[in-house]
Amino acid sequence: MSTLRSLNRREFMSLTGRAGGVLLLGSSLPGTAMAAGHAAQHASNANDLGVFVTIDQAGDVEIICQRMEMGQGILTSTPQVIAEELCADWNRVTAVLGDADVAYGNQSTGGSASIRSFIEHTRRMGAVARDMLEQAAANKWSVEKASVKAYQHEVVNLETGARLGYADLAPLAAKLPVPDPAKVALKPSSRFTLIGKDVALQGQQEIVTGQAMYAQDVQLPDMLIASIERPPVVGGKVKSFDDSEARKVAGVVDVVRLKDREYPVAFKPLSGVAVLATNTWAAIEGRKKLTIEWEGGDNAMHDSETYKQDLVKKVNQKSKQIRVVGDAYDHKFNKDRTVEVTYTVPYHHHMSMETPSATAVVTKDSASVWSGTQSPQSGKALVLAELGFDPETESDKVDFKTTLMGGAFGRKGKNDFTLEAVELAKATGKPIKVVWSREDDVKHGYYHSVAANYFKAELNADNKSDYWIQRLAAPPISWIFNHEAKEIADLGLSLGFGDVPFDVSNMSFENAEVSTHVRTGWVRAVGNINNHFGLGSFVDELAAKAEIPTREMWMNLFGEDRLFDPRKEGFEGYTHYGQLDEDRGKKEYLLDIARFKAVLNEVVEKSEAEEALPEGQGWGISIGYSFNSYVAAATKVQVVEDTVEVLEMHTAIDCGMVITPDRVRSQMEGAMIMGLSMTLESEITVKEGAVTQNNFYDYPVTRINKTPPMFVHLMASDKAPGGVGEPGLPPILPSITNAIFHASGTRVRDLPVNKTMKV
Amino acid sequence: MLKLKINGEETALDADPQMPLLYAVRDIAQLTGTKFGCGLGLCGACTVHMDGVPIRSCVTPVSVAEGKSITTIEGLGSADDLHAVQKAWLANKVPQCGYCQAGQMMSAAALLESNKAPSDEEIETAMQGNICRCGTYPRIKQAIKDAGEELQKVNS
Ligand code: FES
Ligand code: FES
Repeated sequence: MSTLRSLNRREFMSLTGRAGGVLLLGSSLPGTAMAAGHAAQHASNANDLGVFVTIDQAGDVEIICQRMEMGQGILTSTPQVIAEELCADWNRVTAVLGDADVAYGNQSTGGSASIRSFIEHTRRMGAVARDMLEQAAANKWSVEKASVKAYQHEVVNLETGARLGYADLAPLAAKLPVPDPAKVALKPSSRFTLIGKDVALQGQQEIVTGQAMYAQDVQLPDMLIASIERPPVVGGKVKSFDDSEARKVAGVVDVVRLKDREYPVAFKPLSGVAVLATNTWAAIEGRKKLTIEWEGGDNAMHDSETYKQDLVKKVNQKSKQIRVVGDAYDHKFNKDRTVEVTYTVPYHHHMSMETPSATAVVTKDSASVWSGTQSPQSGKALVLAELGFDPETESDKVDFKTTLMGGAFGRKGKNDFTLEAVELAKATGKPIKVVWSREDDVKHGYYHSVAANYFKAELNADNKSDYWIQRLAAPPISWIFNHEAKEIADLGLSLGFGDVPFDVSNMSFENAEVSTHVRTGWVRAVGNINNHFGLGSFVDELAAKAEIPTREMWMNLFGEDRLFDPRKEGFEGYTHYGQLDEDRGKKEYLLDIARFKAVLNEVVEKSEAEEALPEGQGWGISIGYSFNSYVAAATKVQVVEDTVEVLEMHTAIDCGMVITPDRVRSQMEGAMIMGLSMTLESEITVKEGAVTQNNFYDYPVTRINKTPPMFVHLMASDKAPGGVGEPGLPPILPSITNAIFHASGTRVRDLPVNKTMKV
Repeated sequence: MLKLKINGEETALDADPQMPLLYAVRDIAQLTGTKFGCGLGLCGACTVHMDGVPIRSCVTPVSVAEGKSITTIEGLGSADDLHAVQKAWLANKVPQCGYCQAGQMMSAAALLESNKAPSDEEIETAMQGNICRCGTYPRIKQAIKDAGEELQKVNS
């Protein structure tokens, strides 16, 4: 549970490096910091403090947001939750991004977890501060606390109508003991004035005036820019290189060979040769003049097309059962009533607008690092290890500062680029900023993997199903940490695969062993991308076979309204996006069939996706549950000859309690657009071990002229909050390909669509 | 030394004439509001105005800008007098990560300079060189229309 106490100014400054105010509160947050050693060390330590609230002499509130901002809006949402319970005037609240520090609890920003995993604690943070301000006012007026009430940055005396502002109360409150956070009352949702309301967003003014600080914007005196040529094949090394021409380029100061690194690839730099120059252009020009001979790499035989065919073969054979219901194999499938198909997706890349970048200064006994990363503490732990500092006793040797991220989508949880800056800064003794070119970013990513999903099901007389087989073949992301890993772990199998909530009496879910040849990694929604592309397409195929509307097919498969717990339906290892531990194992986090049906109905009704359309047009629908949220999508397309045009898109989302409605909408809009890119035109291919794409010309993404009118239907709910950043994406892919089928009769089972049709 | 005007100020830059304007502006003039996204003129993140015309600074040698007037996002409006585009961007809550938005706003401001009531097609044509990976296009469209209306009011 959280510890909560007030800090004196010195403590606050030493913990946060900020000047602080009059009332200073810190709270520990639950979480599994990736720097496990740190977490353990601080667990019973007063320094283990989470989100910080300060109130200064003017009464203004500053809240440090410990989760990283990459466009999802957490810099607004977390402070919004705290300010709600604090009864603060939002206009007087400033949010600040926290630097890397175990003091903040888990900062690893991913898994669409920032709200759903921390809301209870962030609310209590604000509530404790409010309680103390109320107590201070009650003391001042010599009345019971029940006779006062905080409201809009003031405490009101309910008996006399007198008021005291937070500026006056903060110094008094700071002297009071901190109440037990578990005992302070949280506001009932009926009294919310900020949660669920569209407030002014933090940080927008800086963005529109060009003042926002991203990783690439860090400037230090005497800083050198590094441009790095990395081995084209994972596992490859520099055999020899000639830098004589590179060194002649004006502005080039040095050329440094980076260290070779051993497997597992983890978040280590890829090695290579760095050109260091006084400006970015000189570094790029110098790098062009390098001649490098590369050495092998045990993945030089990798070809993504052959690999995909191999995965298809694997899923067309029985493999290891990870979930069994009844016995799907004790049955002879009736061919006429059975659909048996395989779906494939290619490698995908995050392609955030800002390419990876980090800056480092390393001296003999300390280091300062600036990075745009989703995982500042993991990054800091890696930096400490890289520099040989003891993570337990010398953690303060590294000052790890965070910046905004110009997009991330999972890529920037991996600090390979941060370590490159540190390695080069150490080698040269100079401040170094590493900037990845777009080509570097495309060729040296952590990709969503090629995957094959197989489905076989037989329809019964009621157009339901009694026999169902599903198989998955894709490399495990855990390979990056364990070079021997061949099987996707339970965590990965819980992403839209083993958790299919259908009422079918005989089911088998199987997972094949697969070898890995590129750096794989979490890309927005992770395995849900291929698993939901498969599932959403397959239900549509079953509906077509049954000659019923797709919505009806989903309803038939869902069966009765109930709470669905995959652990009790044959998949014991189900991980449920981290929400199953007893502390948080609320019933409302089980898969709720009624909520599935409601979002599906919502999207169909709002989009009118079951209305007839002119020849050549079609609607496609799908639904996906991920990160504890329910999202349904409907897409309308037109197909003329074999050219696809997307005409209209809708999503309906039930993410439980909503904090910042506008940012839920913006995430759904973004998911629809990323879904268009992934489905229609983006693809990473690998030949002879190397990525063949380079830049936006061969990894195209959706542009404004291909963006149809979009509608988001946000469903009010008082259920526990679910994730938002990722859940929008999975149902988009099949909604598009299903629409193509209904418009043209062409079923696309291998993405992207532009391999078979014009887009 | 190359002489040019940046955001109204006479500036002398000690840069190789071949250096793309983008790096001269970011690394030498230290104006980091203009962003790198692709380096090949494909994404629009680096858009600035040269004598009022939107250009991709990543593929424009700084020598081309010699003697010209360059406007970057820092010079589009001022903190207390935002450009209509910036105001509309705020009102529509356009930015997600925000990284592409300087380029988006520079392209949008240039469009509205010549056409204060652009149609959807005109917006799409003017803006399709600007990529937003976060997916803010629907709001960009709306914000451009709002800013156009605002500018018409001011002018009438
Ligand atoms: S950086 Fe200039 S167009 Fe992309
Ligand atoms: S707002 Fe993030 S790339 Fe456009």
